[in-house]
Amino acid sequence: MKIVVCIKQVPDTTEIKIDPATGTLIRDGVPSIMNPDDKSGLEMALQLKDEKGAHVTVITMGPPQADLILREAYAMGVDRAIHLTDRKFAGADTLATSHALAGALRKIEFDLLITGRQAIDGDTAQVGPQIAEHLDLPQVSYLEDLKFDGDKTFTMKRHIEDGYQMLEVEAPCVVTVLSSANTPRYMNVGGIVDSYQKEVEVWGFNEIEVDEKDLGLKGSPTSVYKAFARGLKPAGELYEVGTDEAVGIIIKKLKEKFILN
Amino acid sequence: MNFSLTKEQELFQQMIKDFAEKEVKPLAAEVDDLERFPAETVEKMAKIGIMGIPIPKQYGGAGGSNVMYSMAVEELSAVCATTGVIVSAHTSLCAAPILEFGTEEQKQKFLPKLASGEWIGAFGLTEPNAGTDAAGQQTIAVEDGDNYIISGSKIFITNAGFAHVYVILAMTDKSQGTRGISAFIIEKDTPGFSIGKKEKKMGIRGSATCELIFENCVVPKENLLGKLNKGFGIAMKTLDGGRIGIAAQALGIAQGAIDETVKYVKERKQFGRAISAFQNTQFQLADMNTKTEASRMLVRKAAYKKDAKLPYSVDAAMAKLYAAETAMEVTNKAVQLHGGYGYTREYPVERMMRDAKITEIYEGTSEVQKMVISANMLK
Ligand SMILES: Cc1cc2nc3c(=O)[nH]c(=O)nc-3n(C[C@H](O)[C@H](O)[C@H](O)COP(=O)(O)OP(=O)(O)OC[C@H]3O[C@@H](n4cnc5c(N)ncnc54)[C@H](O)[C@@H]3O)c2cc1C
Ligand SMILES: Cc1cc2nc3c(=O)[nH]c(=O)nc-3n(C[C@H](O)[C@H](O)[C@H](O)COP(=O)(O)OP(=O)(O)OC[C@H]3O[C@@H](n4cnc5c(N)ncnc54)[C@H](O)[C@@H]3O)c2cc1C
Repeated sequence: MKIVVCIKQVPDTTEIKIDPATGTLIRDGVPSIMNPDDKSGLEMALQLKDEKGAHVTVITMGPPQADLILREAYAMGVDRAIHLTDRKFAGADTLATSHALAGALRKIEFDLLITGRQAIDGDTAQVGPQIAEHLDLPQVSYLEDLKFDGDKTFTMKRHIEDGYQMLEVEAPCVVTVLSSANTPRYMNVGGIVDSYQKEVEVWGFNEIEVDEKDLGLKGSPTSVYKAFARGLKPAGELYEVGTDEAVGIIIKKLKEKFILN
Repeated sequence: MNFSLTKEQELFQQMIKDFAEKEVKPLAAEVDDLERFPAETVEKMAKIGIMGIPIPKQYGGAGGSNVMYSMAVEELSAVCATTGVIVSAHTSLCAAPILEFGTEEQKQKFLPKLASGEWIGAFGLTEPNAGTDAAGQQTIAVEDGDNYIISGSKIFITNAGFAHVYVILAMTDKSQGTRGISAFIIEKDTPGFSIGKKEKKMGIRGSATCELIFENCVVPKENLLGKLNKGFGIAMKTLDGGRIGIAAQALGIAQGAIDETVKYVKERKQFGRAISAFQNTQFQLADMNTKTEASRMLVRKAAYKKDAKLPYSVDAAMAKLYAAETAMEVTNKAVQLHGGYGYTREYPVERMMRDAKITEIYEGTSEVQKMVISANMLK
């Protein structure tokens, strides 16, 4: 089986700040990491490799520094790494990003394409489904678990709002994976030693199959109208009272806000 | 001249810090309190290659450098010095001499299982009456056909009981003094070999420290490590390498204490402000950090020289001497800056101060390091 995993390098946003003047992310001094959902998806691929044998490729689109997550993926055990980077890709929104990735994926044979559910910097959860549309493949989003029957059928457990959905899907297909699906393995020490000896294939526009007008700034219909930091809310009101009184207070407050009448 | 880590080393540091934080730190207090060997941590370390970092790939190791190995012991010790010494004794005192002095058959037999962590390693030099004066070995090995018969005992042996492979020293020719000592590789189940009393210790309490007892222990001749009567040199060279590991352990303990202290002084308020606002606190922290960083430079330099196959014995001695004394001083200050809370087991600096002391004692006391350093100056 051949698996491709889309991985994205993101700033570790747990403590990221937004510049109030420009409305853009302050990236200085924030470490870059492999997007958590993608790492979980990568773990899913590596588990399939461990159990059934599979060839795992990772692909990322990003600036030269994104090389780091590809080395990390090598150290975790992938077989091939592709770095999409070209000036023509710059300024891409989710649509243009998915076009570029789909363009590269047309050049790679696979049975299963895994993406993260969403990237912790953009948080749109659009890229995976968009790729599936461009490639006209079945897609299953919000995956918690996936099993392979060894032939061509996957059994999938999909997280939905108030429960789970079980699906059977035939290869080839696209899935988007939640970070809660797997605990990613640590990089292996021997793998780290080898990671920089291995080749990362660098692909530009000429290596992929895509219409140039779909790429970069030109191919990005999104325009950011305004970005702003969420203001700090004042501390809430605290009542130390018994249950009955508390219920009374809550109902009164909800009525004040016209949520109850 | 270059003080930066390579990209591989940066990636490695990212991994090992993450591993130490998530897998090792949560157990540190319990392992100390219960004097419990953290076998489950060893298993996890084994799985990702930490038990064989500087062992070449051809023998099942990670093929990493000594710099990487020292970084591993540092980061593990920063959260749990017990875990640091388990890795250090296993790697530097058992796998390393087999790699350096073993025959091809010995390497094939022992290294893959040591490097994969399936087997843990230990090293037995010290005896009740042969500590700093290691030449005073009383354990003897007598040739008997295809075997050596070993009788005697060792004391204070790290990883004893949990290890499968023991590199030990014994007298093969009493009349020759240091030129009559040989090294042997002994497996756990060898007839006549048993583990004696376990020590109750001040620090590194999760690491097992026991007696080794040899009662007419029959060791096949193919387990002689290196040449007959060349064991003393093997032991000294092994300790040169081991000192990088212990220096890294001391460095880690110091760094761990600093990390805890920086966090604490920002939170603790007295006289209406954080105690970090007092100049005394700031100056103590500055001293702690400067000495720890200096230790790091010495440790990395010694490891680098070993990797570059340059003589590193004096560098390792300096690194161990300085890092150990720094660990003692820094942990002492860390407890002081924590006040009464630092004296309790509620905070990890209490353990760190107890753990630090051993780094001034084992693998050659600080006095021994000074002998090594000055002997080289005066020769
Ligand atoms: C409103 C908005 C405006 C933006 N404007 C710009 C802009 O003007 N210029 C600009 O440079 N960027 C811009 N971006 C960022 C850009 O859209 C993202 O880098 C990229 O499209 C991924 O989108 P996302 O982070 O929402 O990913 P999601 O759709 O949340 O990601 C889902 C999954 O898709 C995969 N994936 C996503 N991106 C990549 C990638 N690069 N390589 C490999 N796999 C990937 C991963 O598996 C990921 O988990 C904008 C983003 C938003 C939300
Ligand atoms: C927890 C622990 C783990 C250990 N692990 C191992 C192990 O795995 N394998 C192993 O072989 N050993 C191990 N040891 C033994 C350790 O290496 C010795 O304890 C150490 O070398 C000191 O020897 P000693 O205890 O006999 O002290 P002594 O040699 O009796 O020293 C007592 C004091 O006298 C000083 N001194 C001695 N001679 C001189 C001199 N000529 N000039 C100046 N000062 C001198 C010493 O520096 C020290 O301060 C371990 C010890 C401990 C406590």
